[in-house]
Amino acid sequence: MRSKEKTLNKATVSRIVDLIRPYRVTFIIAQVMVVISVALTLYAPVIIGRAIDMIISAGRVDFVALVPQLIKLGIVAAITALAQWLMNVCNNRIAYGAVKDVREQAFAKLQELPLRYIDSNSYGDIISRITTDADQLSDGLIMGFSQLFTGVATILGTLIFMFSVNIIISAAVVVITPLSFFVARFISSHTYVMFRQQAEIRSEITALTEEIIGNQKPVRAFGYENEAQSRFDKINKKLQRVGLRAVFFSSLTNPSTRFVNNLVYAAVGTVGAFAVMGRFGTGLALTVGQLSCLLTYANQYTKPFNEISGVVTELQNAFASARHLFDLIDEPPQTADSIDARVLTDADGRVDIDNVSFSYVPDVPLIENFNLSVQPGQRIAVVGPTGCGKTTFINLLMRFYDVTGGEIRVSGTPVEEITGDSLRRSFGMVLQDTWLKSATIRDNIAYGKPNATDEEVVAAAKAAHAHSFIKRLPEGYNTVISEGGENISQGQKQLLCIARVMLCLPPMLILDEATSSIDTRTEIRIQRAFEKMMEGRTSFIVAHRLSTIRNADLILVMRDGHIIEQGTHEELLEKNGFYAELCSSSHGI
Amino acid sequence: MGRLLKYLRGYIKECIFGPLFKLLEACFELTVPIIMANVIDIGIAGGDGGYIMKMSGLLVLMGVLGLCSALTAQYFAAKAAFGFGTALRTDMFKKINSLSMSQQDSIGAASLITRVTGDINRAESGVNMFLRLFLRSPFIVIGALIAAFAVDVRCALIFVAAVPVLALIIFVIMRASVPFYKKAQHSLDRVSKITRENLSGVRVIRAFAQQKNEVEDFEAANDELTDINVKVGGISALMNPLTYVVVNLAIIAVVWQGGLRVWSGNMQQGEVVALVNYLTQILIALIALAQLVVTLTKALASGTRISAVLRLESDMEDGTEAEFDNNAPVLEFDNVSFCYSGSSEAALENISFRLNKGQSIGIIGGTGSGKSTLVNLITRFYDVTEGTVRVCGKDVRACSLDALRSKIGYVPQKASLVTGTIRDNLRWRSEAASDEELVSALKCAQAYDFIFDKDGLDTEVMQGGKNFSGGQRQRLTVARALVGSPEILILDDSSSALDLLTEAKLGRAIKNSNPDMTRFIVSQRISAIRDADIIIVLDDGAAAGMGTHAELLKTCEVYREICETQIPEELGAE
Repeated sequence: MRSKEKTLNKATVSRIVDLIRPYRVTFIIAQVMVVISVALTLYAPVIIGRAIDMIISAGRVDFVALVPQLIKLGIVAAITALAQWLMNVCNNRIAYGAVKDVREQAFAKLQELPLRYIDSNSYGDIISRITTDADQLSDGLIMGFSQLFTGVATILGTLIFMFSVNIIISAAVVVITPLSFFVARFISSHTYVMFRQQAEIRSEITALTEEIIGNQKPVRAFGYENEAQSRFDKINKKLQRVGLRAVFFSSLTNPSTRFVNNLVYAAVGTVGAFAVMGRFGTGLALTVGQLSCLLTYANQYTKPFNEISGVVTELQNAFASARHLFDLIDEPPQTADSIDARVLTDADGRVDIDNVSFSYVPDVPLIENFNLSVQPGQRIAVVGPTGCGKTTFINLLMRFYDVTGGEIRVSGTPVEEITGDSLRRSFGMVLQDTWLKSATIRDNIAYGKPNATDEEVVAAAKAAHAHSFIKRLPEGYNTVISEGGENISQGQKQLLCIARVMLCLPPMLILDEATSSIDTRTEIRIQRAFEKMMEGRTSFIVAHRLSTIRNADLILVMRDGHIIEQGTHEELLEKNGFYAELCSSSHGI
Repeated sequence: MGRLLKYLRGYIKECIFGPLFKLLEACFELTVPIIMANVIDIGIAGGDGGYIMKMSGLLVLMGVLGLCSALTAQYFAAKAAFGFGTALRTDMFKKINSLSMSQQDSIGAASLITRVTGDINRAESGVNMFLRLFLRSPFIVIGALIAAFAVDVRCALIFVAAVPVLALIIFVIMRASVPFYKKAQHSLDRVSKITRENLSGVRVIRAFAQQKNEVEDFEAANDELTDINVKVGGISALMNPLTYVVVNLAIIAVVWQGGLRVWSGNMQQGEVVALVNYLTQILIALIALAQLVVTLTKALASGTRISAVLRLESDMEDGTEAEFDNNAPVLEFDNVSFCYSGSSEAALENISFRLNKGQSIGIIGGTGSGKSTLVNLITRFYDVTEGTVRVCGKDVRACSLDALRSKIGYVPQKASLVTGTIRDNLRWRSEAASDEELVSALKCAQAYDFIFDKDGLDTEVMQGGKNFSGGQRQRLTVARALVGSPEILILDDSSSALDLLTEAKLGRAIKNSNPDMTRFIVSQRISAIRDADIIIVLDDGAAAGMGTHAELLKTCEVYREICETQIPEELGAE
């Protein structure tokens, strides 16, 4: 388990290194700045120490030598500050740049992921990879760069400086300091479990809150408030107990490491004082200024140890986040177009489905031995109860999913030999789920053809019977559709989706009739627009309305994912099967 | 904001002792440079080894005392913070459940959820941070100032000059970067919005082969986000270098001034070292403070959002009437008009009808025609603007909500369930309902089969009921409403996801289940309401027609239009 974790981490680190590679010049500059700023930060106490040694007692102050030391200190401080700033700026650029790149990679990946992946993963999860995880990664990188590297450099530098000043004191420091590091690690490894528990309880509370607030109407109507409150209080109490424990124990880190620092400080002070008095022999003797310098080091030396333990936790989180992102990027893409794939530009509307089988889950066959031959201009109605697999049929036609057996041919060419984009562009699709971009109405209508002229857009809107309502909107064609599209009605959205297809009007159509939620007038308009579109085009209609069904050249009756009957309205009624039952139940024909 | 302080009331002891122990810790820490100064000026200068050992023992003692007071402070802070957060969360949840629907609408469900969860978490850790850390930095700064004055007044004046400059630097940088943080958040929201849109529209995007344009849109938003981050990073990266320079300038001044004072015999060498140490401590404390300010600003913003909700008083008064008149019509709308707050147009205008025991009413009309609004007035989710709604002869505004709602079985438009078992979900109307009752409700709602294919009443329901299909959820919410034989059953477009066959079966089963139950059926489909005793055709909030199916076909043009699109064969036959 442990070693697997390690190899995973290793792989992640090398991927992160790859991400940073394009920024190597900036990275080198940043590291040079780290060396400069650390070296100078360490040099400053030496200067201060020397300055203090020039101030001995009343009447014994060497002002002539003091001035150049102070000037030197000023210059050193200025350069340190500049180097620090440049280092931070470089680190920011690298981290944000690398994260920007990885975000782009992830988003580009979304464009080629198979629908199977997108349908079976929650949107929230994918979105949080591109937003939260990417953020966590940039935070981790910045912290890693600015604190880990400076930390390590500071520890090394301090050791060198200290040993050059006094060996005994340095040895004392080296022995004691790692203590603080271990204390911090000990605490954080023990609180980790508590924080995980806290996170779990918090998501429990969020889930309950979402449920109750999202369902206020039934909650009120059924008087469920009290029950909800008592469920809430129970989780809340648990959160209080666990959260208090987690936060208290984790807050022990700072005081504990500070305590170790104080021990180090006391040790340096004591040993140092005896060294100043010459108790360790002249070879190890110190001046007061040197002691003051060592005391500053003692503080500086322990600080990075404390920071590093914080950075390690942060980096672990960042690695976990990076792994989420890389997992997404590494998902196998949908089947790529074969090299000699044809660009379909002149589909005549012929579709042949030859012995096709399909299943979402291996071993659970859904569609088997499906045969269908559609001539140009024919209308195919797909009917059946909810959840019978009508969308599966659309998924296969549009090649959102690949068939598991058999072959679908469009204009005589097997779909595998056609580029995915050109195949899909040969279908005009109006789904019940009316997706619109949060952009202007104009941009939405021209979605399939961004360079369309205003005239073309208006013509398409008119053909879709959408022009009249668009005109009445305060901003007309420039009305921005809000996220979720609350500013126009469901029916109007459907009209816009139709207009969007009208503008391109491909030779084949896939239409999904709405079951509900559309007012009568709009519905009549949609009917008319559908009629107009279907003229002379091969159309597949997921149908709910008897009139549509009766006018179809062929009716496919689906149930539980299977195509159980096919034929014309009359043929199917005669058969007196499932279709006949469907018809009689709805309208008593 | 003051409203939130009362949640700390039970923790006054913790709120006082927490910072007090923090103050103690700071005091112990501040003695360290003075002890060191004594080591140098008395111990070393006098060659007194015993004194040095004594002082080093004192240093360790100070460390131990500091550790103990810090631990005590941390415990009190955490206890107060979590007590505060827990009480606040409970009250907030209670408050939200007591607000009227229109008040909830004005804030929005998503925002309310964030306030109960994220905002309270932030406020909670804000209190913890404040008690634990925020006061520490000022203590150290002020303490170091006082200590400096104790050592030497002239040198201390340098401190007095340096501290405001440091504070100013921190303030200006914070001030300059906060707007950028907001912008960055906004930009990140956009990135997340585009991603969400891309996922939900994946079929359309690929159907139109627009992947390239989508990537370009995303990259534009992503670039903007990166730009802002780099910019704000550049600004906040100034903080440490600038404070470092100022502290070093102060050190130069102190050493120079110290030199003069030592020369004139007013100060000793060790005291100069102590002053330099105090300056370093101030630097560290201020940097810690700056990091905290960000957290606290966020906590304050959260606090404001929380108290905005707590400040609200429910604008719906509960009635007291619990006695109903059994001879009066079960449901009566008397010239009712309604207008949503913030809207100038009436959602309902002059609606009147009466419904007796066992009768049914069908409401049909397009989206936005006011169908659901009618329902909202019966269950008193909203109050009428004009006219009266009566249930069993009583004005609903006079009835106690509990008594009113216990008469009603309500099936909302949005079919969702809560986490738990099917049994938990079905017992909403009556906690004591027996399994037999639940099963008969399931059977009536055409939900028995698919539930008993699973684990029966013990079947687990996932959040929102997402382990059931839309049609299954609709039938389960119908079953939930049928438990405990309500007198009025309200179906708010609650069979839209069902196929016509199942819908018809459901309609018949409900009708046969209880002849005394009054049914209020809202639908878009003629098939669901055609058999109702009264049908109201709503168009833009007004009744465009009222009567039975046969009457409306003759008298109501809107109704005929609907029938023409949905059941043309039948009209042709007539």
